[in-house]
Amino acid sequence: MNDLIPEFDFARVFIAPWADGAQTFIWIALMGFFVAAACGLVGNYLILRRMALVGDAISHSVLPGIAIAFLLANSRSTPVMFLGALVAGILTTVIIEVIHKKSRVKQDAAIGIAFSTLFAIGVILISLYADKVDLDAECVLYGEIAFVPLAPHVQMFGLPLGPEPVVRMGFVAALTLLLIILFYKELLVSSFDPGLAASLGINAGVMHYALMSMLSVVVVSAFESVGAILVIAMLILPGATASLLSQRLPVVLLLSGVHGALSSLLGIHLSIWLECSMAAAMVVMGAALFVLAWVFSPGAGLLATWLSRRSKPVRLEAAPQPAYGR
Amino acid sequence: MHDTAPALELHDLTVAYHKKPVLWGIDLEVPQGKLIGIVGPNGAGKSTLIKAVMGLLPISSGWVKVFGQPLKKSLQRIGYVPQRESVDWDFPVSVMDVVLMGRYGRLGLIKRPTKEDREVARACLEKVHMLPYANRQISNLSGGQQQRVFLARALAQESDLYFMDEPFSGVDAATESAIITLLHELRERGKTMLVVHHDLPTAREYFDMLILLNMRLVAFGPTSEVFTNELLQTTYGGRLTILSDVAEAVKEQRILR
Repeated sequence: MNDLIPEFDFARVFIAPWADGAQTFIWIALMGFFVAAACGLVGNYLILRRMALVGDAISHSVLPGIAIAFLLANSRSTPVMFLGALVAGILTTVIIEVIHKKSRVKQDAAIGIAFSTLFAIGVILISLYADKVDLDAECVLYGEIAFVPLAPHVQMFGLPLGPEPVVRMGFVAALTLLLIILFYKELLVSSFDPGLAASLGINAGVMHYALMSMLSVVVVSAFESVGAILVIAMLILPGATASLLSQRLPVVLLLSGVHGALSSLLGIHLSIWLECSMAAAMVVMGAALFVLAWVFSPGAGLLATWLSRRSKPVRLEAAPQPAYGR
Repeated sequence: MHDTAPALELHDLTVAYHKKPVLWGIDLEVPQGKLIGIVGPNGAGKSTLIKAVMGLLPISSGWVKVFGQPLKKSLQRIGYVPQRESVDWDFPVSVMDVVLMGRYGRLGLIKRPTKEDREVARACLEKVHMLPYANRQISNLSGGQQQRVFLARALAQESDLYFMDEPFSGVDAATESAIITLLHELRERGKTMLVVHHDLPTAREYFDMLILLNMRLVAFGPTSEVFTNELLQTTYGGRLTILSDVAEAVKEQRILR
């Protein structure tokens, strides 16, 4: 057997974790699912609004927000972190818009400027006050989901709930879902047709900043325990994969949740097999699911396109427009 | 109480992009129940005018009244048909979803479209002969069909004053005549429509009144009065020689008919 890849042992990779370590792995799987679901839900709207890169930006620029919040409040409590991230997230959005609107610099370049600067400020702050800040840039970037079950467990009304990060993430995922259900039509119309939304009296700016705030909260609650790699990937992968499989928004939202659950579970098993980072394994499995959807999607997949092209040689995407009342 | 108020009243409306005025001191009083064309050369500020009036663009000076009321109080009485190219037609929604958006203004926050809203949406789709497409994904539509979906959505808004941004651009002849029939029907029901249009020869046929625009208001009045060589010359500047040829050709065509 090749030495480079650990031997694949079905029992060790698939059975053992659930037989011996169910207590541990259930929390990792749940955490992965909550992160992917919350990120995926918000991410769908980022993709639809052509703002995928803004998600990337905000997930980096919350770092100084967390650091400053910590320095000011001298506390690592959840509300303080959320507040810091929220302010940093909104500030990033504002900076991007100001650079984009008030200079000749285009939006993608503005995004690059805003988040790299804020991230660098965060790194400086942390190294400057390293003795006072119980934060580690390394940990924020490569936080490890495998340690999640070790976090202190929390209780509610005397009932044991689970490790604190998992409970918090579950709450944030549920909140994201609730807000998307409540404001479904406002989000839909302002994403699809901002002009109509404005003429209906729906404030596009408010929707934009509300979405960015939600994104900041999702990012910061996921960040510390799972790292930036998983967060950034899960903002885009679930939505992108689901959009290949369906063209109905509610179905797309649901499918991105399924994608999150599958990448989380498959990622755990991949990382047990390869003895590698769990977050990275989850991302790789998420990407593998994307490739599967890309190839095999019944409507938009490479295979379906290839097959239909073979049967109907002149089927082109830009066919002449059909006549009225066809 | 306000039933006799002008559908739209603008006073000294000025709009600027980056301190450069695009529209300058527009005064306008649009009566109710008319089908009005907004014509002028490219860059004359036709789209800017309707966007500014609806509050989608900031106004540098002047004011807007809709049915004698400030804009904010009359949002429900305004319907909008944006340019077809302004949205992403690959968006994961169906024809029905798009038409239902026309109902959102009446629903208010959080509330979902009801069965009645769906009935209204279906009726509006029927009016533009698009009901069989109700469950289609919008990316599978032709340009003319997309435009008719937008019109159905505007109908679903059940407004009294409509702003339409180039509804005739890039549609097939059949859709064009379907749209015109619809606009006439709306006019008979007392609705007022302001339509951005860039084709002069048809403008003369289609509209009761014309707004001739080139950054300033050149003229506003019944088509028969303002569709004159002199006023068009002022609106279009030197390029009119070609245009007057076209207009002449149309005139001849009419005689032949």
